[in-house]
Amino acid sequence: MKALCWNGVNDLRVERVPDPSILNPRDAIVRVVMSSVCGSDLHLLDGYVPSMKSGDIIGHEFIGEVVEVGAEVKKLKKGDRVVVGSIIGCGGCEFCQSDQWSLCDNSNPNPEITEKAYGYPTAGIFGYSHAFGGYAGSHAELIRIPFAELGAFKVPEGIPDESLVFVSDAFPTGYMAADMADIEPGDTVVVWGAGGVGQMAMQSAYLLGASRVIAIDRFEDRLEKARVNAKAETLNYEKVDVLEALKEMTGGRGPDRCIDAVGMEAHTTGVEEYYDKAKQALRLQTDRPAVLRQAIMACRKGGTVSIVGVYGGLIDKFPMGAAMNKALTFRMGQMFAQKYIPELLNVVSEGKVDPSYMLTHKWTLDQGPEGYKMFKEKSDNCMRVVFTP
Amino acid sequence: MDTYNQNMSKALHTDYIMPPASGSSHINVGKAERIASVVGGAVLTYLGMRKHGAGALAIAAAGGAMLYRGLTGYCPVNDAAGRDSAGHKDVSVEITRSLTILKPREEVYQFWRQLENLPKFMHHLNDVRQLGPKRSHWSAKVPKGIGTIEWEADIVQEEPNQVLAWRSVADSTVDNAGEVRFMDAVGGKGTVLQATISYRPPAGDVGGTIAHLLNPVFKQMVLNDLHRFKQLMEAGEVATVEGQPSGRS
Repeated sequence: MKALCWNGVNDLRVERVPDPSILNPRDAIVRVVMSSVCGSDLHLLDGYVPSMKSGDIIGHEFIGEVVEVGAEVKKLKKGDRVVVGSIIGCGGCEFCQSDQWSLCDNSNPNPEITEKAYGYPTAGIFGYSHAFGGYAGSHAELIRIPFAELGAFKVPEGIPDESLVFVSDAFPTGYMAADMADIEPGDTVVVWGAGGVGQMAMQSAYLLGASRVIAIDRFEDRLEKARVNAKAETLNYEKVDVLEALKEMTGGRGPDRCIDAVGMEAHTTGVEEYYDKAKQALRLQTDRPAVLRQAIMACRKGGTVSIVGVYGGLIDKFPMGAAMNKALTFRMGQMFAQKYIPELLNVVSEGKVDPSYMLTHKWTLDQGPEGYKMFKEKSDNCMRVVFTP
Repeated sequence: MDTYNQNMSKALHTDYIMPPASGSSHINVGKAERIASVVGGAVLTYLGMRKHGAGALAIAAAGGAMLYRGLTGYCPVNDAAGRDSAGHKDVSVEITRSLTILKPREEVYQFWRQLENLPKFMHHLNDVRQLGPKRSHWSAKVPKGIGTIEWEADIVQEEPNQVLAWRSVADSTVDNAGEVRFMDAVGGKGTVLQATISYRPPAGDVGGTIAHLLNPVFKQMVLNDLHRFKQLMEAGEVATVEGQPSGRS
């Protein structure tokens, strides 16, 4: 089959690889119908996630059709149209049992890597380095789904592919960000990053009762979509002082809930940008935490900082004094796909949110390398490229 | 053996499961040192070569360690060397680790007690056969298709649903022992299992040095075994990506 493989920093190639097969009784094989790029893939491309190997198939946000099931799979059958969460969970461990699927004890075949790096092993993720299991990703014609009954969800009739594909990852991640923020009626929620996950976090904030949503980015087309599609007020951090602006916009009080939908490769302005880039280049810090710092400083006293932008390692100049003395609550994590996907399928099915506006480019898998280049450079107003293998 | 494990072993009163010094541990030091030098060197070279694959490395190198012991274990005592190993302290490689499994204690114990199940999660083992109520026959893979090594072990302690301890019989090619304790987890959260596994390298200074070098590799192998045991118990299968496609295949 055809697959998009990582071969080094910013080196993606479409290659011929063998078809996947059932390796375990709870596996299924899915024919990929649509597979989206994701901002977190850019960390792989840029070489900030260790333990990638040349030849790894990337991609983790996708929909498809079941073509084969393992001996233990009863609830899925050939021909089922499914949306598959990016996180792999076994269902039997303490963490899956409490709906914290990205913390699964048993889905990562290489538990020693994150056990060493983070203290305890974390779940497997499709196409996201060997630290997260080394599972082949979805930018391919076919993909193997471990624990398929738990991770692949049959889709209700009537939802078009374009609306459905983001229920795999961007929507549940954004929704989890808003859910973790513990939004109360009347709250003002700020979302850093107006890409796919950020857009979904904005819409989810309203679903969960926010009165006001403010989006921060530097790309005008993304801010435009935030205004039009997610009913957010917007700030361009290259044009205004974000901390001053947020203080003024909230009557001097500060936003109640701050969501980081950017993560480890944040951009900012001025000296801080150069400082973080230099330290990251020298590997004195692995992650550039400009957004996180700003969120902590901006957040009102007693507010919540909710983090879904991905971090991998160490950060520097973390404003702990501000966080502690303002009594902030921190919530964070890779998303709990299996917890959120069923309810979000209903949300999309009922038309409350239609994520399809984020799909700006529908391309073939052969255009994978160009697609990622455009996505990375954000040229042609690209928000999401989706491949149809 | 590091101090932490020694202390743990004392705290748990598991000192006695130290495998009896026999076979490879008691062969002539001069011979053992020669072989140790050759094989130890090979293992270390292997370590260098396989720097990037932590999991595979652990298994392969630990397998290499077994090969080393297997080979040395078959060597007859060489009186002509005129040296005695009695003056040297034997050093074991030992690891103790706890993990929690979200299953009832009886179920977890039963799976482990069925020794034939062990190769399902101890991937360096080929198979284990129960020969009688206490005695079992073990066979392990040696990397690079060099062959297999075999030994017999006895269950030395068995308290159903609580403790299971075994050790290789005297004159084994591989001196090894293990003890697993099963306890109810606090708050009804399944079963806490504490496993102590030890291997004894051949006697002598070089043997001790090799044991020291291999300890981290051996430790990782045991940890991976235990992760797989948990996967089998809780998820019903061992997570794997072996055999999936990539641009490498």
